[in-house]
Amino acid sequence: MQRIYLDHNATTPVDLTVLATMLPYFSVEFGNASSIHAFGQQARAAVETSREQVAALLNARPQEIVFTSGGTESDNHAIFGVVQFALLENPSASAHVITSSIEHEAVLNTCQRLEKQGVRVTYLPVSREGLIDLQELKAAMRPETVLITVMHANNELGTVQPLGEIGRIAAESDVYFHTDAVQSVGKIPVDVKAGQVDLLSLSGHKLYAPKGVGAIYVKGGTKLRQLLYGGHHQRGFRPGTENVAGIVGLGKAAEMARLSLAEEAARMGELRNRLEQGLLSGVPEARANAGGAPRTPNTSNISFSGIEGEALIIALDLRGLACSTGAACSSGAVEPSHVLTAIGLPASEARASIRFSLGRHTTAAEIDAALEIVPAAVAQLRSISPSYKREVPAHL
Amino acid sequence: MDSLPVAAEPQARLVAVAMSGGVDSSTVAALLLLDRRPVVGLTMQLWNQRRLPELQGDGPAQHRCCSLDDVYDAKRVAQHLNFPHYVVNFEEQFEQRVVRPFVDQYLAGRTPIACTNCNTDVKFEPLLQTARQIGAERLATGHYARIRKDERTCRYQLLRARDDSKDQSYFLWGLTQEQLSRSEFPLGELTKEEVREVARAVNLPVADKPESMELCFVPNGNYVQFIHAYAREDGRPITDKEGDIVTEDGTVLGRHSGVHNYTVGQRKGLGFATGKPIYVLAIDPEKNRVIAGEDEALRATSFGIENVNWVSIMEPGAPLRAQVKIRHKHEPAAATIQALPGFRARITFDAPQRAITPGQAAVAYDGDAVLAGGWIK
Repeated sequence: MQRIYLDHNATTPVDLTVLATMLPYFSVEFGNASSIHAFGQQARAAVETSREQVAALLNARPQEIVFTSGGTESDNHAIFGVVQFALLENPSASAHVITSSIEHEAVLNTCQRLEKQGVRVTYLPVSREGLIDLQELKAAMRPETVLITVMHANNELGTVQPLGEIGRIAAESDVYFHTDAVQSVGKIPVDVKAGQVDLLSLSGHKLYAPKGVGAIYVKGGTKLRQLLYGGHHQRGFRPGTENVAGIVGLGKAAEMARLSLAEEAARMGELRNRLEQGLLSGVPEARANAGGAPRTPNTSNISFSGIEGEALIIALDLRGLACSTGAACSSGAVEPSHVLTAIGLPASEARASIRFSLGRHTTAAEIDAALEIVPAAVAQLRSISPSYKREVPAHL
Repeated sequence: MDSLPVAAEPQARLVAVAMSGGVDSSTVAALLLLDRRPVVGLTMQLWNQRRLPELQGDGPAQHRCCSLDDVYDAKRVAQHLNFPHYVVNFEEQFEQRVVRPFVDQYLAGRTPIACTNCNTDVKFEPLLQTARQIGAERLATGHYARIRKDERTCRYQLLRARDDSKDQSYFLWGLTQEQLSRSEFPLGELTKEEVREVARAVNLPVADKPESMELCFVPNGNYVQFIHAYAREDGRPITDKEGDIVTEDGTVLGRHSGVHNYTVGQRKGLGFATGKPIYVLAIDPEKNRVIAGEDEALRATSFGIENVNWVSIMEPGAPLRAQVKIRHKHEPAAATIQALPGFRARITFDAPQRAITPGQAAVAYDGDAVLAGGWIK
């Protein structure tokens, strides 16, 4: 069976060019980037080249890029780092953090951990389109607010928040602004200067680099505590022997994304729209969630009334089409989505929603195949669903 | 990615296997594959084991049903036998249809069985529906029981397992004809030893996994503790009010530590010594009393059942002779069962039986066939 992969927001394949760039660093160029000798210097050079490549993608300076193990570590580092530094500086004061109600768990659960330590957290609601309200953000600001952490693009909906305006509000009040940009970097332009961003998280495997590598952008002068303690790697700020091959992969992937960004975004947006319009016209009672918002060009989230998204995903997988609902728990079962609930979908509609996310290798032929497969699967599910209202004969 | 040969197209013959990660349901998948049937494995996520953290700390929950270990075991089996496997989330249904009623019944002084509700209202309802939605018209489980179609009446009959010591028909009396028509119990003709032999023969990674005996959502089998924790989380904490233990005529025998800590037929833990053994006869949460008495008083002949489901036969007009079981480990006893309006029935044993317990099920058999079952009032 030919399989179609429309789940690029979950992860992407390592690009073959990226892979080829990485391969020497596993074995031939195996040096420890901290070593003095030639082996180490080769590795150091490769790491620093990657730092420049990642910085270029974000319009940052190379020394503002710190490599991490991925998005979750970057988010933890930014949030714990800022809040704990503030509390350390002024132990008697209370700290307050503003975030949104549709963040990834890496941010939400970190904030909840802070709450257990006595930190106050405001979870901003979002509109039907998944956007925060800037007036509400302003209203939530308090004298003791130390951090605004609002994601750039949402993983389930693709909704893109207005970074520049959030950054301005943060800057005006002299509050740090962190954004989880795991879902936007490589898909749409991200400019930390224009956005007045102080901290930004990104993850390698969402942009055709391998899993287990990511980065955090830390604007020069930002005061935060480190997360890990150890050796002197990365200025001692993020100790641990550098994952050289992974970092090289991330650098190459960042460079490739930067060079093809506009072109790829246009191509992907066109395919996404073709898929979305095809599904909305080909399936009765289908609705695009956050369809009117500014979105990443690869993401489409659709509710098919009367079905269980979980069953649809299995049915589609058995037909060779891979897509997902937003959230999965440790067992692999589907969890109710906090994002869809936050945009105001009733539980049944939230459960009836699935996400398609396209990627660099998605073809028009695959989209056309999906447009055959999905309507057929939805029809089959609905024929067996007790919650989908069919025409009921009058005598019943 | 390698294609999965069996799942190339949803086929009319596709069978879903309800997989718990144990040896029984894993062997079901193996038997169906040996029979050249295309299989898809489904494992139900029923309960978040990290809930009620006071019961287990916040480390990963292990070695219990619904735990991640079991999900991974099911996945390993599917990988080993090369068929697709998915985890489906029925936490909400499980809580509403199994856990909450279990706790409610318990708090009402009854002795509920959760497994029957889980079968009737979760496995053979939403799970069977999910199976059908993904293209599998039938659901196979690892239950020890048999289904036979009576060609004369066109009814699906539910029969005891060939291996009487493993028989689970007592927990399956709630199945409707529709559910039975779409279900398969491939282990019904086998003994447990034969099942393990099959499992070893195909090198199942779970072939020697020990059997789970406990209520799957209750850690360490301590359901009193679970009920307290659940009720507390639910915002209706149980205050264990001490009260009297009385005889049937109201004579106070002693004190109890809270009615929820007792169950009908219990002898141990009554906290006082008399000449003759004394047993719990009934629980009265309203008056906060435990009624106790001698073994003789625990015996009864006639009782009513409700929510009755007639399985292998249509509801009969006249009283029927049957062998009736009043709990899983009860030796069936000769009785007469009379259907009553409103899905009720009256059962009258030939000889008095011990501890006919409200909340348990009574199941009436004719030989191997389950005639009917219902909840003891």
